This record gives sequence, C-alpha cells and structure tokens, in this order.
Amino acid sequence: MSATQDLTLVGAVQDGLRTEMERDDRVLVMGEDVGQAGGVFRATEGLYEEFGENRVINTPLAESGIVGAAIGMAAYGLRPVPEIQFSGFMYPAFDQLVSHAARLRTRSREQYTCPMVVRSPYGGGIKAPEHHSESKEAFYAHEPGLKVVVPSTPHDTKGLLIAAIRDPDPVVFLEPKRIYRATRQQVPEEPFTIEIGDASIRREGSDVSVFTWGAMTRPALDAADELASEDIDVEVVDLRTLSPMDTDAIVASFEKTGRGVVVHEGPKTGGLAGEVTARIQEGSLLYQEAPIARVTGFDVPVPLAQLEDFYMPEDTRIMDAIREVHAF
Amino acid sequence: MSAFQVPSPDDRVRILDESGQVIESATVPDLDDDSLVGMYRDMRVMRRFDERAVNLQRQGRLRTFPPLAGQEGAQIGSAYATDEGDWSFSSYREHGYNYVRGVDLPSILRYWSGDERGAAVKGTNVFPLAIPIATQIPHATGTAWAAKLQGDDVAVVCHFGDGATSEGDFHEGLNFAGVFDVPAVFICHNNQWAISVPRERQTATDTLAQKAHAYGFEGIQVDGMDPLAMYRATRDAIEKAKAEDPGEPRPTLIEAVQYRYGAHTTADDPSTYRDEAEVEEWRRLDPLTRFEAFLRDRDLLNDDRLEEIEAAIEKKIDGAVGRFGDDPEPEPADMFEFVFETPTEELRKQGAYLEALRDRYGDEELRS
Repeated sequence: MSATQDLTLVGAVQDGLRTEMERDDRVLVMGEDVGQAGGVFRATEGLYEEFGENRVINTPLAESGIVGAAIGMAAYGLRPVPEIQFSGFMYPAFDQLVSHAARLRTRSREQYTCPMVVRSPYGGGIKAPEHHSESKEAFYAHEPGLKVVVPSTPHDTKGLLIAAIRDPDPVVFLEPKRIYRATRQQVPEEPFTIEIGDASIRREGSDVSVFTWGAMTRPALDAADELASEDIDVEVVDLRTLSPMDTDAIVASFEKTGRGVVVHEGPKTGGLAGEVTARIQEGSLLYQEAPIARVTGFDVPVPLAQLEDFYMPEDTRIMDAIREVHAF
Repeated sequence: MSAFQVPSPDDRVRILDESGQVIESATVPDLDDDSLVGMYRDMRVMRRFDERAVNLQRQGRLRTFPPLAGQEGAQIGSAYATDEGDWSFSSYREHGYNYVRGVDLPSILRYWSGDERGAAVKGTNVFPLAIPIATQIPHATGTAWAAKLQGDDVAVVCHFGDGATSEGDFHEGLNFAGVFDVPAVFICHNNQWAISVPRERQTATDTLAQKAHAYGFEGIQVDGMDPLAMYRATRDAIEKAKAEDPGEPRPTLIEAVQYRYGAHTTADDPSTYRDEAEVEEWRRLDPLTRFEAFLRDRDLLNDDRLEEIEAAIEKKIDGAVGRFGDDPEPEPADMFEFVFETPTEELRKQGAYLEALRDRYGDEELRS
C-alpha cells in the first residue's frame, strides 16, 4: 500500500498543485495574492518558495486579465491553473471563459486548445461579506465546452484536481471553501486521478436518493444518518462533476429508490436541480414514486451574514424534504 | 499642471511637510477655524472608530472589517471638499469619507456585522459601497453624465484603491468620463498594497496619476496623508467639474499617495508579505500627527481642547456601539422584500415555505 498523508480539503488543493507542478514543468499557478502570501486561503502556501515567481505568479488585480492570459498560455502549450480569489469575483473573467476558453477548440477546429483549470472558492456558510458566498455553478455548467468540477472531500479534491490539470480542455474547479478545513482524510502522497464525470455514492440506501455536490454533501449525509432512526434508508449521491454529469449514476440510484431529492446552495430557479430532475424524467420515468423535491437556496441575492443560515439548505430542510418525498 | 503633461512624483501636491509645517510655496486652503478643527476631529473619530471596529470583530460582533488607519487624511480632506448634493461612490474602506457625508457610525457597524439594514443610508447621496474591485467607477461616470445631461449642478466623487487601476472597469469608466466630459472626480487611494501585491507589481508606470493622460484629462498626485492637500486637490477638481466653461476637460484623477497601517481586512495577516519597518517609515507621515501640529501652531488646538475632543469622541463612539448593540435581529422574511418592486409569485411561495419551516422547526434548529 502506498504512503498517505493526513490532509484537509485545502491541503489537498495545495498537494495536488505541488504534485502536478513537480511532475510537469508546464504547470503554473497565477492569480491575486497566490505568491509569497500563499493565497487568501493558503491554497498555494509554500509553492512560491518551491517553484519561484515564474510558476507561481502574483498578478495585477484583474480577473479578465488573469483568465484571458491563461487562455493564451494554454494555447501556447503551458498548463496554467489560474485562481480567482472568490467565485463572486469571476464575472470580469466570464467573457473570457464563455466567449473564448469554452470554444477555442471548436472555433479553431482543434488547431488551438485550452487546457487550463480555473480554480475558485465558492459557496456560503462562513458568514463572509457580500459577493463571497455565492454558488453559481449553473452558470458554468450551462456553457458548452467547459467542464465543471466540485469536490467534497480531501481525497477527491486531489484526484479531481490532478485529473483537471491533465484534462485537454478547460475546467472550472469550484472549491467548497466552507469545508476547506472542516475535515481531514488520508490522501495518497502519490499522484492519482479521479475520472471527471464520475459520481460517487457516499451512502447506500434503498428508500430515497439525495443528489448533491460540494459543501452540501455533509448536511445531506447528516440528514441521512438522522433519518435512519425514522426507518428511512437514504442514499446520498455526490455528483462531484456537474459537467459532464454522471447520468448513469443518477438514473441507477433513482431506479433503486424511486424517490429523489436534489440539494444545492445556488438559487432554485435555473439551478442544476432542474437538470438532475430532467435527466431522471428522461431516464427512469416509470420508476418514479413521488415528485422530485428540490432543496436549494432561495431566488434572492445571498443575504448578509445575519440571515445567511436561513438561506442555506441545511440538514433540517433536507430532512423535511426527504420525509415528504418518502411519505408521498 | 496641464492635462497633457505626465505627472511625476516630484509634482506631488503637498501643503504640510512631515512635521506639519506649511511648505514654503504652498497656500493653506481658505477654510474657517471650525472646519479646520472639524476635519481634525473627524479624522480622530475615524482613527478611534477603526480601533473599536477591529476589536468588535475580534469579539465576533462584526464578521469582517477593513481598517482605514493611515488613510484618514485623504478621506476626511476630500469629504470636506465635497459639496452638499454631490454624489459619491466608494469601495469598502472609505468609511471616513462616507461618515462625513452623513453615513452614521451604527450603520457602518451594522453592515460589517452582516445586517443589510446598514447597507444604504437614506438622504446621503452615498451609493452602497462596492466590494468587487473597480465596479463602482463606471457607475460614478454614469451618474456624473446623467447630472450633466439633466443640467444639474452636481459633481460625483468616486473612490477606489491602487489595485482597482488594473481592472477593465477602471479603464472603461475613465474613458467614458473623458469622452463625455462628465463632472467626476476620481480619487485613487494608493495605499501601496492590494492585499499582498505591492503597487510596483500592479502597474509598470511611475505613477497612477499619469494614467489620466490616456483618457485626455488631468491626473495629479497628492500627498494623501496631508488632509489640506487632499482638500485643496478635491476642491479644485470639483470646481472644475462644475464650472460653466472650465476651459479644460472636467474630470480629474487624483492619486492620493498614502499607506494602510493595518491589514487589508481583519481576515488578512500582512506579516506574510510586508515588513513592519515599512509601516513605521510611513507612520512618520501620519495625517493626525501632522495636522495636529499645524493646528497647534495656529492656536486652534491645545491640550485642553484636545482632551475635550477626545472625551466627546469616546462618548460618540460608545453611543454608536450601543445603538448598534440595541438593534433587534433582522427578520428572515427581509431577504425576499427587496428583490423586485413587486415580489414574484415564486418569491412569495419561497417566503411562505421559509415561514412554514420556522413554525415547524423553530429558528434555532434552522440556524444550527
């Protein structure tokens, strides 16, 4: 058995970056404060000292510049991993992502490609200031040509990040900052990959399937554990990748239980719970025993800290929905 | 200086020298004694407020706080130069400017405690602060443009930091301002650091002020830790912006050269990226110390007067912290209130669902 190390999720980001930078000198990280300061969440801590200023690049404060320049670097053969400090500050770079990164392969008929990974902490629950709590993964999943990955454990974070860096196409890698340091896990020291597009069954169950990702995986599992005492056997499916989405895993789980709840932090309208639900309808309509419930953020700007708890879909709301779907 | 001359650091506007003496060639702005003492008092209010806010954050009563210590001169000086009725736009660190313009201290604390009710104070023409970098700059240009189109005697003051000059919105906002010749004053608070990135890494130009040259209007560098210089520069810029026929482009970019003594926010640790000796070096230019020396020289301040001011400030800030502490908790339904003028059917449903959950499980349960 190979050696492992005890890592947090953010520690796994750092380790994944280091592992790939050691293996492939085309890999570089760039962004605001990623250098000596090691990033505002310390995700790049120590990398500047190890790899120097040409591979761990502190940029001017300009998100469009960061992602746009990374596209040019990727096209030239490097493997840039730009960091956007918070996903709420992605929007100046949105034009570069959707107008160029996502379609460079298509519009150049593969003469040019864009193998880059845009990393960004996303999501709520840490009582942060405005624009620091959003969960807008649906924006990126809606864009053809972008892959969207959202890990939920330290182990998956390393494996998925390495897979993303080696992927020949652009990946938006959204890191659940709320659980950056919530848990530790044994993670192999060696490089390893987890296939992009592959969901993970976090908990097996036969009564109701909960589909979720990122920071919502933990409250979903808590809800499932608690409902065991009410004799409701809940399966929790962590999608891990939102584009491509693992339709087979979703359909297989639903066909087992016939009842589904989709949980995400982002607003309900236009959120990916609708996409998951549609795939179930297309794939396993005749197995359906109850309406599929969506437990999501509300259709409002994420409230400031004092009301944030009422916005977030926590275990109480998740249990409420599971009970309802189960009793239908 | 002509608009088409690239400013160099040698041209920096300064009225007070490092010890607070009026520089030989400088003229003290024509401010009455009450205003001069008022400027000092307000700078001191903000210095003290800053300390208290950082402590409140440590106690968990504020979630985050961006301290402004070191930057009082630029904020209070420019605020005193702004006319009643002018509009202003700011980033997250200009509590000092906003305070002088009518934003009350409890509201500032509310906002940073995560209470939306502190976000916009009525009747101040102070736009809600912008957390994303530089996004307020095009707004300021648009408001100034609108005032011009409506024929109003209104100027707009827009604050942002050195890091903001790297964003596309800075370019677009200033370019529009130049093209449409709008009555706007852009104040770049160059505090030397954008979190951990030093000014030298932000731009390869000698000054930030010289960027105005590319937009066809005047850019000047000012000692941002000299409140009188900031008053003078802002006042001149506002008068030019509003003049019937200024004879030169209306907008101005003011680069206020200064230093942030503290962290970027309470979530930041500057010891990871900068040397404490650098902070001490800049403290020699402290705006309060210099201005106090100036006022003492003019017999506008003495130990007794200072003591009175200090006592009044303590009382004021205690009162503000007290009023902030007395706030009832915000209602969860509040989050649905202001999304649209008329809430949609879906929003009403979601609000009703949240209320039903609160009835069924209680707030404590939903919060855990």
